[in-house]
Amino acid sequence: MTVKTVKVDVHHLTRVEGHGNIVVDVQKGELKQCELQIVETPRFFEAMLRGRPYGDSSTITSRICGICAVGHATTSLRATETALGIEPTQQTVLLRKLNFYGEILDSHILHAYMLIAPDFLGVGSVIPLAKSAPDVVLRALRMKKLSGDLCAAICGRHTHPIAMTVGGFTHFPTTEELYSLRARLEAMLTDVTATVELYQTLPIPDFERDTEYIALRKDSEYSFIDGTIASTDGGTWPVSQYRDVTNEYLVPHSSAKHAANQRQSYMVGALARFNVNHDKLHPQARAAADAMGLKPGCTNPYMNTVAQVVEIAHATYDSITLIDKLLERGIQWEEPVAPARLSGEGTGACEVPRGILFHNYVIEEGYVVGANCIIPTGQNLANIEADMRALVPQILDRSREDITLALEMLVRAYDPCISCSTHMLNVAFE
Amino acid sequence: MAKPKIAFFEFTSCEGCQLTVVDSLQDHPELLDAVEIVQFREAMSEKGEDYQIAFIEGSCSRPGDEAKLNEIREKADLVIALGACAHLGGVNAIRNRMPLEDVRKYVYGDKAEWYATYPARPISAVIPIDAVIPGCPIDRNEFIRAVTYLLQGRLPYIPDNPVCIECKLKGNVCVYHRGMTCLGPITLAGCDAICPTYGEGCDGCRGLISAPNIPALRTVLAEHGMNETDIEAKMTVFLTYQRMELEAADHDS
Repeated sequence: MTVKTVKVDVHHLTRVEGHGNIVVDVQKGELKQCELQIVETPRFFEAMLRGRPYGDSSTITSRICGICAVGHATTSLRATETALGIEPTQQTVLLRKLNFYGEILDSHILHAYMLIAPDFLGVGSVIPLAKSAPDVVLRALRMKKLSGDLCAAICGRHTHPIAMTVGGFTHFPTTEELYSLRARLEAMLTDVTATVELYQTLPIPDFERDTEYIALRKDSEYSFIDGTIASTDGGTWPVSQYRDVTNEYLVPHSSAKHAANQRQSYMVGALARFNVNHDKLHPQARAAADAMGLKPGCTNPYMNTVAQVVEIAHATYDSITLIDKLLERGIQWEEPVAPARLSGEGTGACEVPRGILFHNYVIEEGYVVGANCIIPTGQNLANIEADMRALVPQILDRSREDITLALEMLVRAYDPCISCSTHMLNVAFE
Repeated sequence: MAKPKIAFFEFTSCEGCQLTVVDSLQDHPELLDAVEIVQFREAMSEKGEDYQIAFIEGSCSRPGDEAKLNEIREKADLVIALGACAHLGGVNAIRNRMPLEDVRKYVYGDKAEWYATYPARPISAVIPIDAVIPGCPIDRNEFIRAVTYLLQGRLPYIPDNPVCIECKLKGNVCVYHRGMTCLGPITLAGCDAICPTYGEGCDGCRGLISAPNIPALRTVLAEHGMNETDIEAKMTVFLTYQRMELEAADHDS
């Protein structure tokens, strides 16, 4: 056995959203401390919604996160619509899904190219790559720009969406915009293939730790908006019973809450979605997974980025299908669907880039009286720490720098969104 | 001439303004040739402490962050507030009107004392700043324009016009005619009226013009069916801190 003393203290981990520290303390081969400390300032979003008109919720909660603003807005709208008995039109469902793909693409491309790839290419950021691998950087920027333009055509901008409202939209893309986006998405397919080829060459670290994977599931499609909560350990739950799955608890070293379901921890995000919903992927996305060696039942958290690349393929191909449906129907200028009632409780659930997100609101006479948001990164924190505890003893023979890098890459693989996850819980709805 | 060194920092925020900076590079990659970015934690691991221009996103919402702000002020020649949280306190300041203990207990229950906080404030309430790039989020074109100004040795200039002027120039139908409400008449322009253009009323994310007629706007909002609670909610999405300051100076209605 290695008798080694190592201290790792990464203050404010870079290339992640928000502020986190990695602290590992190994004394004579024994792991004394192993924490991902969340030192982001508390945000208090749930408290701030109380007393406000229900229509404010999506505007304010989209500000929880600049990267997944559309995801928060969509989840917020679904919670409010469920509470107030609103059934969105088919056109709204299609537009929201297309808009959502824009965000999935934007976030995954940012993560795969700008936050993750530098680790494999031995640089500190994407900026030096602009000189050494300009084609890769230009490809990333081109793909990211199209993702943002997709959102902009539908909701005005990706950060923070404008035209998304309770019951529908306040603005609609033109037929010309949809044709133009479709042509650009077609042209992007070669970039998607190049992305898959790039990730075939990157040496993803070998590390396996079995855990519970949780994602939304639907019979009809690879689910991003709505569905049933499903676990690889078995079991399904309606989204209204989300608290039975998340079981949040506070720990002193994190301003974001931890979560646990059937084991000590669980994982959400692209890898969880892939493990739960692999059979629903677009055939081209399944082919991409095969090419990169990603198989259902994968227990290597570093493969989360590979699963994101699979979803880049899925979202690109399915966006083209969605645009074709919208063009076939023709875009109608629809007024938002009015509420059936002004009081009620509702939960919205979406698979935002980093995993399953819940918003729950209690509304009375049109005003929010209770709110709760449960963020993917918060749900992953306990699982990340469990991975760190399993990984450190396996790599103790390496140098301190290599141990640090392996841990940083592990945390980055989860694509944590830290300013999102610090907020928290409303304890009870009396 | 050496390239100016610039650094990005963030406090209580969603980091969406820095993402908008990344987005602005999609159309203006030449910017990377004009400046040297020495610190941008969200996007790069390199960390330089020698910089001339500091862009700060986010509000200050806990006493412990003041030391870092003072350090940035000492090191940088120019400090620029990036976006509504840094400029106005942003949505973070919504809770400033609520009893702090209630807010903390609502979110963290009996563990509230584990997490330090105080009322959210703009960066200018802690350190002197040289300029702001307003908005939630910032407008990417305005960011490029502001950096261009800074590289020319000038400070970014924001005309003291209300959003209505840009909205009219765009030929939009006024959202009041569509049965909605809007803070355009009292809000600083520069956003190209993007929210009314996409069918939503302005929420005031760029802050107040220099002489806002708030009582008159309240009357208009009431005429359009808003009760007191709704009017207060509308005027406190982004403007809580500015309005509390005005109230303290007795300039609010």
